[in-house]
Amino acid sequence: MKKFQLLFAAIIAVALMASCGNAGKDKTASNKKAKTITGAGATFPQPFYNKIFKSYTKEKGLLVTYGGIGSGGGIRSLKDKIVDFGASDAFLNDKKLADMPAEVLHVPTCLGAVVAAYNLPGKPELKFTPELMEGVFMGKIKKWNDAKIAAVNPGVKLPDMEITVVYRSDGSGTTFIFSDYMSKVSADWKEKIGAGKALKWPVGIGAKGNPGVAGTISQTEGAIGYIGSEYAFAMGIPVASIQNKAGNFILPSVESVSASAKGEMPADTRVSLTNTDAADGYPISSFTWLILYKEQNYNDRSADQAAQTIKLIEWVVSPEAQKETTKVHYAPLPDAAVAKAKAVLGKVTYNGKALK
Amino acid sequence: MNSEKIFKYLLVSSGVLMVLIALGIVATLFVGSIPSFKEFGFGFLFSTEWDPTEGRESYGALPFIIGTLLTSILALIITFPFAFSISLFLGEYFKDGALPSFLRSVVDLLAGIPSVVYGLWGFYALKPLVAELGLNAQGFGIFTSSVILAIMIIPYASSLGAEVISMVPGSLKEAAYSLGATRFEVVRNVIVPNAGSGIFAGYILALGRAIGETMAVTMLIGNSNNMPTGIFDLGNTMASLIANQFGEAEGLKYTSLIEIGLILFVITGIVNYIGKLIMKKLSA
Repeated sequence: MKKFQLLFAAIIAVALMASCGNAGKDKTASNKKAKTITGAGATFPQPFYNKIFKSYTKEKGLLVTYGGIGSGGGIRSLKDKIVDFGASDAFLNDKKLADMPAEVLHVPTCLGAVVAAYNLPGKPELKFTPELMEGVFMGKIKKWNDAKIAAVNPGVKLPDMEITVVYRSDGSGTTFIFSDYMSKVSADWKEKIGAGKALKWPVGIGAKGNPGVAGTISQTEGAIGYIGSEYAFAMGIPVASIQNKAGNFILPSVESVSASAKGEMPADTRVSLTNTDAADGYPISSFTWLILYKEQNYNDRSADQAAQTIKLIEWVVSPEAQKETTKVHYAPLPDAAVAKAKAVLGKVTYNGKALK
Repeated sequence: MNSEKIFKYLLVSSGVLMVLIALGIVATLFVGSIPSFKEFGFGFLFSTEWDPTEGRESYGALPFIIGTLLTSILALIITFPFAFSISLFLGEYFKDGALPSFLRSVVDLLAGIPSVVYGLWGFYALKPLVAELGLNAQGFGIFTSSVILAIMIIPYASSLGAEVISMVPGSLKEAAYSLGATRFEVVRNVIVPNAGSGIFAGYILALGRAIGETMAVTMLIGNSNNMPTGIFDLGNTMASLIANQFGEAEGLKYTSLIEIGLILFVITGIVNYIGKLIMKKLSA
């Protein structure tokens, strides 16, 4: 009797699991209509994506959902083939591209800035040279009234206050852009910390997400941290102007971020803009990308699903969507980048045939 | 089959399903952490390095194990006098009436507040206070998280205690009173020895809750992946680390985080086991 009971229980358990497994697999219908388009990834451009995808859904009647799960999560979701497109602030390097199950394309969607935001009594306007950035963020300069800060900011009243560095505790494309810049301007940073989505920080406090860092800075006197510009502007936190390669101190703005993208762009659009050569360019700027498979017939996706995905992404780089960028403190793509983005989209195929 | 049998099978199968799910979780964590274990071996448990930079990736769990144990044990120590008083108050001194029932609902309410709300309160109210007191520069850190955890776990530690204390047989207490014992002596010599294992069970439950707490801790502990040097230093816990870093993790970091999850699972298991042992001893 005992044995029989156990057997019965086991059969039920197995049956339950099997039925769950079956439910997950959608029935193949390669000609079915697309109902929703799903994307996931970077949180840095999320305010922009939320805005435009909402209006796309409203206008075209096709539901677009975007999950801000982080750039790494976006790449992983695309790798697992559970989304129509991913989103990342850091382009996939050659090694990561080779790790993907099929050829992946990058489409730039807008430009953003990572700003150095701080909380000091009286909200003084501060200037930072790359040397100061290195000193402060590596913990070599410990006080706000340090002579090195005063030398770059003559006439500014600096308090006798400890510097509290605030960084992202979660892995993040924002951290990647910031550390990519720091690695270019500081040899010491490059050697000891390096560039990546998560770092080994010598000093400071970690806070989760751009909103977390912004909140911690605004709650902590003497704090300085790096965040996506939208989050600093939205909360009214002062941001530093940073000396670029040409030697000019530049405040992050739509114009200075756009200016940073003046240089040449490769055909696959994978280019880093940090420490730009442009004389009027803000040095911690970056493109942010949508990523998708070149061959769109995967995981039983229908031809319509593929076509709708491409249509959506084409719309994202169209003037209609691009003009929304500045409303949330991002910069629109320069014309050259739009042309490159369209060329990339032209390569997309379904069953080997060009989609357009 | 009659309804009696069907009911029995239903019970058995749901019980077995629970066991299967628990085993499934362990198996998934175990399989997921194999690559990390292959790379670091048992050194993972003792390494203080958490360096995710590409090219020199190296991961170790020690700062997070210490952070988890420090915050939760400190929280338990802070919560003890409050939880014990509440248990006595509700279980022995004032069992009925408006005030005790009000106190009981407030304590139950504490258990129902989402942890992110605790985190927010800690961030806007407790953190500035800790900084004001000069305990550390910004108010973040292990101590601040422990205080929040202590408040969060009071209901877990006190409810069960109140329940068992009220169940101590009246005849025992009356016997003590008739021998001339004061109320305090009754508490000390009759109630605590009688209800000890139940009270202790409440604290184990509370400790388990503190070990696993994520959101409130993340918002207050400072998320520094370096080894903490004291209770006012910044730190990080295993649960908070996983919540923070899982989204962007890939490769070696991904499997290291899963291994941290496995260690957390094992530590929770060990705490429960030790708790059971002590309870057995207390009730024997």
